[in-house]
Formats: sequence, structure tokens, C-alpha cells
Amino acid sequence: MRNYITIKNNETIPFNTIPILKYEEFLETNVSFLKDAHNHCVSYFAFPFQNKLRLICCIANDFKARIKLTSAEIETNAAKVYPSLTACNLNFNMFEREISENFGVKYSDHPWLKPVRYSCSRFDQSASISNYPFYKIDSEELHEVGVGPIHAGVIEPGHFRFICKGEQIQHLEIQLGYQHRGVENLFLLKNNLLQRTLLAESIAGDTTVGHTTAFANLWESLCGYEPPDDLQFVRTLALELERIAIHTGDLSAICADIAYQLGASVFGRLRTPIINFFQNWSGNRLANGLIRAFQNNYSFTTELRDELLKILSAYEPDFEEMSDKLMHNPGSLSRLEKTGVVTFEQAHSIGAVGMTAKASGLNRDIRASHPSLYYRRMDHQPVIKHHGDVYSRTQIRREEIRQSIKYIKSLLKNIPDVESNKRLLLNPKQNSFLISLVEGWRGEICHCAITGENGELIHYKIKDPSFHNWLALALAVRKNEISDFPICNKSFNLSYCGFDL
Amino acid sequence: MISFILILIVSAFFVGWINCAVSNFSGRKGPGIFQPIKDIIRLIKKGSVYSATSSFIFRIAPAVYLSTVIVAALFVPFGQEKAFLSFNGDFILFAYLLGLGKFFNIISALDTGSSFEGMGASREALFSMLAEPAFFILLGSLGLLTGYSSFYQIFNAIHYTFSVTSFISYSIGILAATIFFMLGIIENSRMPVDDPKTHLELTMIHEVMILDNSGFDLGLILYAGCLKFAVYGALIANLFFTSLFPLYLNVIIFFGIQYLYAVLIGTIESFIARFRMNQNPQFIFALSSVAALIYIGVMILIGKFS
Repeated sequence: MRNYITIKNNETIPFNTIPILKYEEFLETNVSFLKDAHNHCVSYFAFPFQNKLRLICCIANDFKARIKLTSAEIETNAAKVYPSLTACNLNFNMFEREISENFGVKYSDHPWLKPVRYSCSRFDQSASISNYPFYKIDSEELHEVGVGPIHAGVIEPGHFRFICKGEQIQHLEIQLGYQHRGVENLFLLKNNLLQRTLLAESIAGDTTVGHTTAFANLWESLCGYEPPDDLQFVRTLALELERIAIHTGDLSAICADIAYQLGASVFGRLRTPIINFFQNWSGNRLANGLIRAFQNNYSFTTELRDELLKILSAYEPDFEEMSDKLMHNPGSLSRLEKTGVVTFEQAHSIGAVGMTAKASGLNRDIRASHPSLYYRRMDHQPVIKHHGDVYSRTQIRREEIRQSIKYIKSLLKNIPDVESNKRLLLNPKQNSFLISLVEGWRGEICHCAITGENGELIHYKIKDPSFHNWLALALAVRKNEISDFPICNKSFNLSYCGFDL
Repeated sequence: MISFILILIVSAFFVGWINCAVSNFSGRKGPGIFQPIKDIIRLIKKGSVYSATSSFIFRIAPAVYLSTVIVAALFVPFGQEKAFLSFNGDFILFAYLLGLGKFFNIISALDTGSSFEGMGASREALFSMLAEPAFFILLGSLGLLTGYSSFYQIFNAIHYTFSVTSFISYSIGILAATIFFMLGIIENSRMPVDDPKTHLELTMIHEVMILDNSGFDLGLILYAGCLKFAVYGALIANLFFTSLFPLYLNVIIFFGIQYLYAVLIGTIESFIARFRMNQNPQFIFALSSVAALIYIGVMILIGKFS
């Protein structure tokens, strides 16, 4: 008998079909899964179930578009010490830190067990943000530089502590958790679909469409509802538009960080019509309110199509000209190239996803590997770069924008009829498990839900791509100049609140 | 005295001109040219906040910084018009007055005890140290060429009495203007060495050193920056005055050159990316080699190579 179960993206299965293994077997199975280069860990979490702690590990096979599920039961008794999965594979690092923080699970050989985000229900209430165990050095020649938690541009809070030798960074430690809101718990507390959708919209403000689509797909599958074409169309279109808007904004910010004034202002200007289109369509520039489970409040009309085509035809030549200038400006190239390198080995070992992975030659794109919505009908070829530096991440943005424009144009050729304006109220299936993966602009977004006896949510797990990728930033800046940190940070553009939840 | 007055006038809108050029190049309307000086006046009306860990150094540094720049401005002549202060070797005092202001800036940054400001101070100290040879080789060569050792006499000799008007003397003038131009950019921490617009402490040089300064003190420091620009612009303008024109035309040349200087800075800030920090020393030190070219030109002119 197989000791795991295989499911597809958005496939609802009865919860009790996930095999429960002994912890040692669970560890061995999952570690051996990851020996296959096509596999990576999309989610690994624990939750209290029937007086025990149930561990569920989801390993995605990007080649076969399947997700392998295993589970194990461990005692909530804090005295017991378990061997860690991280000691065998760093993919599990953040997940085990999270489990240990929330439930006090002790690991015998976890390389570096630290708090993740100080959730209110954390096991060790004495651990607080003010006594975070930073890595310390006793050296006369090295110095520490602490940045944050208040960001210089007053965006989101995070604390970065550098250990530097002169101008060169030796080590960076990133401490987050300042924005923890308890989103996962709120999903259980709020039992109204609209409230939950609004929660999903606010997981990360810059990935509204990504997270809401993940939630809507998940909820519909949980209720046994197959979204009709018009819903799928709207979600796919919104995902690609969001990608264009944020990537353009990022290019502007990258230019601003290297003080390339022209690029900063031109890309900044180009972003505006795209987000303004969202405003015209759904009444909100960040597409709040656009994605809803079972229904679509803002149908995509032919007037909107004409407007979008006009916006894109104005966008394209300016974008091409400006990105060409940026990529051929020796000054900007000297800042971007070979800065903040994440090697393929590093990206692979820490389980990086999304743009960070793609810039290092690692093919991780849910649109190609676990497609949902219209992506099932597209032959999506992810943009892959191999140097892993800031320049690669800039190039990925540029080429993904072109790709998204191409996709949008082909989507607009055939707008499906509205089928879904009936207000449906279906109930979620009982005792079910499902996982919903969506490729947001930043990378793979993963939502998991488990329902109980009456179809109520008993656990909801959210994973933003930033959860994996913050570590990649810490690795990227090593041996770089400290003055290059902002540009490295910008090239990843990771989410603080998506991580803090 | 006229040059000091003109410098004060130009200092009121020099940075405004730069911002205006940058806004135009990026397709924005931008603030008016008096906005920077209005900001300074607003700041000067405010009180200052001092951290409990800083000492009196931090409090006196802005005033010392501004006063050194004002005194340095008194040494700048205006063509045939003598400067307010002028004596043999005054350019050495000029350079070290600016150096003194910078020194106070650096120790006041260290006084705050912030790790950012320490980093900024170390960068500023390194870069101004590297910029110093260029200034002295340049003024030394001009002194060698003219046989004088004060700003007033040197500039006068070049344009009014010195008989050699070959191409080489013009090219020396242009090279010297280039050096003053770049020195002004480095001293004022503008692009491509430093980015005054960034909000990222880790990449700043000058801006990070004044992070803790507020209100009145910040106003003084910002005004000192404007004044410094005008002083360097005046030095450049001095290379282009001629006795052929009456005084009022020279005044127009003065403003024209200051405006051109500001627009050039704005252009640089618009169209190129900033240097990586470790390329700055190389770039700054390369200025000294331009100065060395002038030295060779001077040697040719005075016939050492004939």
C-alpha cells in the first residue's frame, strides 16, 4: 500500500483518505520525495486534531502536476523531542520553525530554530519580538548595522540586521512578524463567505487578485462548484493585469534605487493606466471587490475590452523603448549585473518559488506545472534566467510583462458569455481537504483548507511566496556591499504582511 | 564684495534650477525654483530636536559648517573685482575652511552614535580625502603658470594680463572648469557619486550624516549645501570672465554659467544611474589625473618641455 495520496491542484478529497504515518516514516517519505528534482514542498503545517497534533505535508511534483500528501500524528506533549526534516532538507526550514513556534514541538537536530512571526497563540508566550535571538558576533573588525523595523520609505515594518566587514555584508538576518494579524484564525472565526473573501483580499495588499483567486478557487472546489468560463476568464485576466501592473511598478522602483531618474518616472507613469483600468472595471485600483466565489459583480464588457486594448497599445511602445534604454544603459547595467546573486543550488535547497526561483534557473511556475483556470488551455512557458542576480530578476519582469500582454490579447479575442450572475449559496463538503495553488505575480500562492463534521472550516493555511523567499534575500546579499542591499531587496520585492499573516 | 553678493543671490535658487531641470526631463511640472529656499526658511523657523546621547559637538556642527562655507565664499573674486578677503595662499585656506566644515559634519555624525551615520561619515571622509589632490594640483598648476598664489591674482592673470592666448590656455580653462564642476558635485554629494533623493539610508553618503539633524540645524546644513554649489559655480565663472566686456555683461556671464552648471547637474541626474559605491573612489581619484593633465599643459606653456 502506498503511504501517500496524490491529488491535483484544487481537488477536494475526504480528509481521512490522507494516510497517517508514524513520524519516522513520515520524515523518511517526505525527505525521499524531495530527492526528486521536480518536487518541492508547497506546504507543511500542523494543527490540533482529536487531542493530538496532526502534521500534513504537501509535496508538489511540478512535472506530473500532482501533489503528494502525507500526514503524521504527534503528541502535543511538549516533553517529546522529534528529529527534524530540515536537518535532511532545508525546504522544510520555515515550516518547521512555524510548527515549533505555534505548538512547542521540540526538534533534536533543527539547524536554527527561531520564532517566525509571534502569533498570538504561540506556544512560548515569553518569546517576544523584543527578545528575538539574533546571531551575534564578538569581533573588533566586524560591525552590526540594524535597519528597521520602521522602513525608510515607510512601507511595511521588518527588522534587518547586518553583520558587516567595512562596507561588505557578511551576514544578514531578517526578523519579521510586526504585522501579524492572525489571518488564518480569522478565517475560522468569520463564517460568512463575504467576510472570508475580504480577508483573502487583505492578506497581501499588492497581491489582492492572487490571494483572492486562490481563495475563490478553493471555496468553489470545496462546495463542488466548477466555475464557468466567465469566472475563469475574469480571474485569469485579472491575474495577468496584476502581474503587469506590479512588475512595471517594480521596474520603476528598481530604477529609483539605482537613481536612474528617467526609468523611475517613465515606468511609474506606465503603471498608472493599468491600475486605473482596474478602477474603471471594478471600482478599485488594486482590484478589491473584483474576484468573488460563485459570482462576478463586474462583468467584462466589450467597452472594457476596447478600453483595455487601447491602454495596452499605448503601453507597449513606451514600455519597449524604456526597458530597452534601461537594459542598454551601461550605468544601470553595472549596478544590476552580478549584484545579489542567488545560485541555482541555493534556490533549490531552500525551496525558492516564483520569480526568485526562475531568476536562478529553477523552473517553478504554477501556471505551467499545476495550471488552473484558463492556464489549462494555454501552453505557458515560464521565463527562466540563469544568473540569479538583480539583472536576471529585472529581465524576468520585463519578459513576463510581454508574455502577459500576449496572453491578455489572446484572452480578449474570445470573451465568454456571462453565466454566473445567480447568487449561489452552496455549503462546503464535510470532512474534506483541499489545496489551491495560484501563481501570483510574486510566485506560488498556496491556500489549504480542512473542513469538519458540519462542513465548517477547522483549519485554514495560507502560504505567500515570500514565506520561502525571504531567506533567498538573506543569502543574496552576502559578500555584497551594504549599499547594494536596497536594490537587492527591491529586486525580490517580498511581502511583509503576506509573511506575517 | 560683488561676487559675495552674487553668490548669495544664486544660492537662493541654484538647487531650484537643478530640480527644475530634473522635473522637466522626467516630464513633470515640478516645484518652482524657489521651493528649496522656501523649505530652508520653513526649517529655520522651527526648533531642533536633540538626542540624549549627543554632545555639544552635534549642536555646534551645523553652525560651524555654514559659517565655514560663508567665509570660504568671501575668498572668491569676481573677475577684476577683488574678493572680500584676498592674500597670498588664500586658496589653501579656502580648501581647508571647507575641510573644517566637513570635519565638523563628520564628527557630529559620529556623535549621534548611529550605525548608519558612522557609515556615512566614513564614506564622506574617504571621498573628500580622494578629491583633495585634484583641487591642489589644479590650483598649484595655475599658480605655477601665473606666478601668483591667491584666487584673485591667479584668475586675473589668466584672463586679463597673461599674454599667452594659445589653444592650450583655453584648454586649461576648460579642463579646470571640468574639475571644479566635478568637485562641486562630489562636495555636494550629488549624482553620480551620491543620490540626494534616495530614502535608503544604506546607500546614502551625505544625507545619512544629517539624518538626526532637524529644524533650524537642518536648515543651516541645507543652506550651506546651496551656498557651496554657488561658490563652485562662481569659481567656474571666474575662468570665463574677460576684460573685453563691461561689468554688467560679466554679471550676465556669471548667471549664465551658474544656470548651465545647474542644468548640467540636472541632466546628469536624469539620464544616468548612480555608481556602485566601490566605483566612487576610482572615479573621484580620476579627477586628479585630469588635474595632472593641466599640470603638463602648464609645463608646456611655461616652456619647461621646449
